[in-house]
Order: sequence, then C-alpha cells, then structure tokens
Amino acid sequence: MTSLPDTTNPGQKKLGLVIDLDTCVGCQACATSCKEWNTQGYSAPLTDIDPYGPDPVGAWLNRIHGYETGEGENRRALHFPRSCLHCETPACVTVCPTGASYKRAEDGIVLVNPDTCIGCKLCSWACPYGAREYDADDGVMKKCTLCVDRIYNENLEPEDRQPACVRACPTGARHFGDLGDPNSDVSQLVKSRGGFDLLPQMDYKPVNKYLPPRPRRSDENAVPAAKLETVGKGDGSAAERFFSWLDKALS
Amino acid sequence: MHPAYSVILFTTASGAGYGLLALLGLTGASHGAASSFVFGATSMLLALGLITAGLLSSTFHLGHPERAWRAFSQWRTSWLSREGVAAVITYVPACLFGLAWVFGGNDTLIAILGYLTAIMAMVTVFTTAMIYASLPTIRQWRHWAVVPGYIVLAIATGAVLLYALATLFGRSGIPALGVITMAGLLLAIIVKLAYWAGLSRMKPKYTMGDATGLGGTVRQWEVPHTSENFVQREMGFKVARKHALKLRGICIGLLALALVMVWAGFSFGGAAAPVLAVAAAVLAGIAVVMERWLFFAEAKHVVTLFYGEQAV
Repeated sequence: MTSLPDTTNPGQKKLGLVIDLDTCVGCQACATSCKEWNTQGYSAPLTDIDPYGPDPVGAWLNRIHGYETGEGENRRALHFPRSCLHCETPACVTVCPTGASYKRAEDGIVLVNPDTCIGCKLCSWACPYGAREYDADDGVMKKCTLCVDRIYNENLEPEDRQPACVRACPTGARHFGDLGDPNSDVSQLVKSRGGFDLLPQMDYKPVNKYLPPRPRRSDENAVPAAKLETVGKGDGSAAERFFSWLDKALS
Repeated sequence: MHPAYSVILFTTASGAGYGLLALLGLTGASHGAASSFVFGATSMLLALGLITAGLLSSTFHLGHPERAWRAFSQWRTSWLSREGVAAVITYVPACLFGLAWVFGGNDTLIAILGYLTAIMAMVTVFTTAMIYASLPTIRQWRHWAVVPGYIVLAIATGAVLLYALATLFGRSGIPALGVITMAGLLLAIIVKLAYWAGLSRMKPKYTMGDATGLGGTVRQWEVPHTSENFVQREMGFKVARKHALKLRGICIGLLALALVMVWAGFSFGGAAAPVLAVAAAVLAGIAVVMERWLFFAEAKHVVTLFYGEQAV
C-alpha cells in the first residue's frame, strides 16, 4: 500500500545510516560492495548495459560524489556518498500507482516490490535525492534496501548483519542503527557531531543523517607530534656519544 | 526533465480527445441527438480513438506494460492511479452517451449522459495535470497555470477538432461552436503566456549548498560515474533548452494563426471554410505537441543540484 504507515509513535524504529563526511575517503568500497551484494540479493539483478563499452549505464544504489566547499584556508574537498535516505514522508511512495513502493511500518525501510512495479518511473521523479535508479533491462525501479536481506539474516554472523556498505567501509565513515531511539549509538553520534538532513526545506524528513567535516585545526590547538626519541641524556657527554655511536652501528 | 515521446503523444492526443468528448457531451445536452448518423459516429469515434490511442501509448514507456492493471489500485494517494481510474470510468458514460446521441435516444437521457461525460472528461484531464502539479521536486510544475493549462489546451484542441468536423459536414455556421473554438484558442494563448511569464520570473529556491547540507558555495569536483546514469538522463535533460524562447514564440504563433483561420472561416465561410478549419486543427495540434515538449524540457528537477547545477 502506498499510504504511509503511522510512524509518529514514540519509540518507532527508524533504521538508517549516518555518513561521516569528515572521514569518508571516497574509495568507492561502499558502492562496489553494495552493487556486489544487491545484484544477487533482494534487488537482483542490478543490470549494467554495455559495461565495457564507450557508454556504459547501469543501476547502482549508492553513488559517491566529490564536492569542494569553503573558502580560503577553510576550503576543502570532500567525498559525498549518496543513497536512499529512507525518508519519513517519502513522496516516492505515495505517488506509486501500484503499491509496489512502500514504507515498512516496523522499521521504516522504503522498498520496491519488484514483482508489482510497472516501471513507470514516477517515483524517481518524486525523489529529490536521486536515490532511485531504473533498471531498463529488468523493467523495474531499483533502490537501496538498507540490505534488508542482511540485517535480519540469521544465517550470517552477527557482525555481518548490517548493510554491505557499512561493513565494507575501511574508515568507519558509515554507521547503521535505529535513529528513532534517542539513546542508540547512531543517535548519540548525530547529536555529538551535529548531524544534519539533506534539503530539510523539502520536508521529506530523511532518516539518514550526514556528519559535517570537522573544523580545520589551527596551530594553537593542534596536538603536538610525539617527541623524537633521543638516545642517552642528550648532554654531549662521552657516554652519550658512545651510546649514539652504538645506536648507529646497530641500526 | 526528459520529454518521453510516448508521454507527449499520450497527454496531447488524449487531451484533445477528452476536450472533443466534453464538447460533444455539451452539444448533445443542448441540441439533443446528433444531426446525422455519420457526423455523430465520426466525431464520437475520433474522440474515443484519440483517447484510446493516447492511453495505449502511455503504456509504451512502462517497464512492464502487462502489469498496467495494477495502477488502478492506489487511488488513495497517487494521482497517476487516479488518472487511470478516471480514464476507465469515463468510458462508461461516454459510450452510453455516444450510443444515445448517435442513434437518436431520448433528449433527457442524452442530456444527463452528455453532462456526465463532459464532467468525467474534464476530471480525467485534471488528474493528468495533477500528476505533474503535485511533484514537490519540480518547481516549474508547481506553477498555478499548470492545471488550467492542461484543461484549457484540451478544450481548445478538442474545440478546433469539433469545429473542423462540423465544417466538413457543412455546418460551419453554428455561432456557439465558432465562438467557443476562438475563445478556447485565445484562452490557451493567455494561459501559456502567463505560465511562461511566471517561469521567467521564477527565482531559484534551492542551492547545491542546501542539497549537500554543506551550506555556502559548493562546487563539484568529481562526478560519481564515468558516463551519464539514469538520474541524469531522466531528470537532467538540458538539450535544446537554449531554444526554449524561440519554441515558445512559434507555439504561440501557431495557436494565434489557428485562431485567425477559424475566425476567417467562421466570418467569411464559403468553400474555403473546411480547408481553413482543418488547417487550424493541424496547426493547433503541432502547437500543443511543442507546448508539451517544452513543458518537460523546461522543467528543472531538484536532483540536478547533486550533479553540478548551482541552484534550481
């Protein structure tokens, strides 16, 4: 059903991602592991057309942009992963004419039923975040499932029961959890780092949050580098020179 | 937005069909049975044929046309679903009206069915317009003139068709029809001019800084993929936007020319009247296809902010 579930109850589970723009290094590991998992999972296939040709096009559920922000000394380049934000009021769901797009009442995940989607693409028009990509070969819309086939999968080791992108991130820039619970690790992280919504003016109420890049450190508050180890007392005595010679000889 | 030919064909053909259908309904309601079987049958078949061809062409852009029946289920929230439901429901009074009107039924029955048909035809065009007007992601489609534009263009193109049919059947002198046709075309010109004036005045509302949440000036230094993806192809369509002003001018010019031809045929009549009327219908048809193409091509989607557009 494309009517949205009532998610206003206190304690409503809102599963989502928290993405740290400070630590993302743009390695594309999340995008490739997403593609690898989801082309054989719930969203399978994620077709690539002409993948090695001059004009490849394919359905990916996660895209990593590169943006530059700030001026002067504060100018910085950063990497910006973009995927479905599992909004609380997603117009992509309500515009769906068939009920193939839906938001799960139990955890807020937005999914497309690939067996009832007619491929009209209207949901992709309704999404401000470009989260939905049409699979022209499969004839249905594809989107992030928050790895719904991993996070509850008891056949996987407990540490693997999180989205493939989160598991793959080598810098810990992606966090998964319940953003409806104010005491969860992800909610605390958002609170302490000043996490923000994308395009809050559009009122889609995204569940996923982004953590801003940390302010550049000035020389005053920079943590000094560890002192270089000196051999001996450093007083130029005969003993110090001997140990210095021994150090070089053994090095 | 990418102007899909199937959607342009659908909205223009079915729009003209619903406009014609609505006017036939009103004609039946005011004049009783059709003046001749051939005229009645031809005009009803043209209206229903345009509508049906349009509806069929709209399924061509679907990934799974065989599942199209599922689109009737979500009328509670989806304007696309409401359009499907309205389109199917309209066939019921339209077919009954057609039978009563063409085969000379009871006047009261024709009038009731005629009004019902006219109302449902306009409701269907309204639901089509609302599919676009309800999307928060495209500000050009939130403009007040979008819904009136769809309705007025449907009536104008339907009226030109009915006027052309009437003159072909030697009934060019019906004052009401001539006046309605000219008024429809004039109103279409006014509404489209108002829409385009509104677009010119529209100031960007969202910036790349808003989209990325980074604030201030944000520049894109790397795109996520080596060739354009679905999002860019579907939502980032820019081709020929630079010709938009010229195309708007040609579109208005064609509508004005159609209006003059209808006026000339209507005022001076004679042997040229049917030729002028058919030519006016063709010109209005070309104009409305151009208008629909521009409607998509000039629409800027918010998602383009992630792909280098500074503000929409």
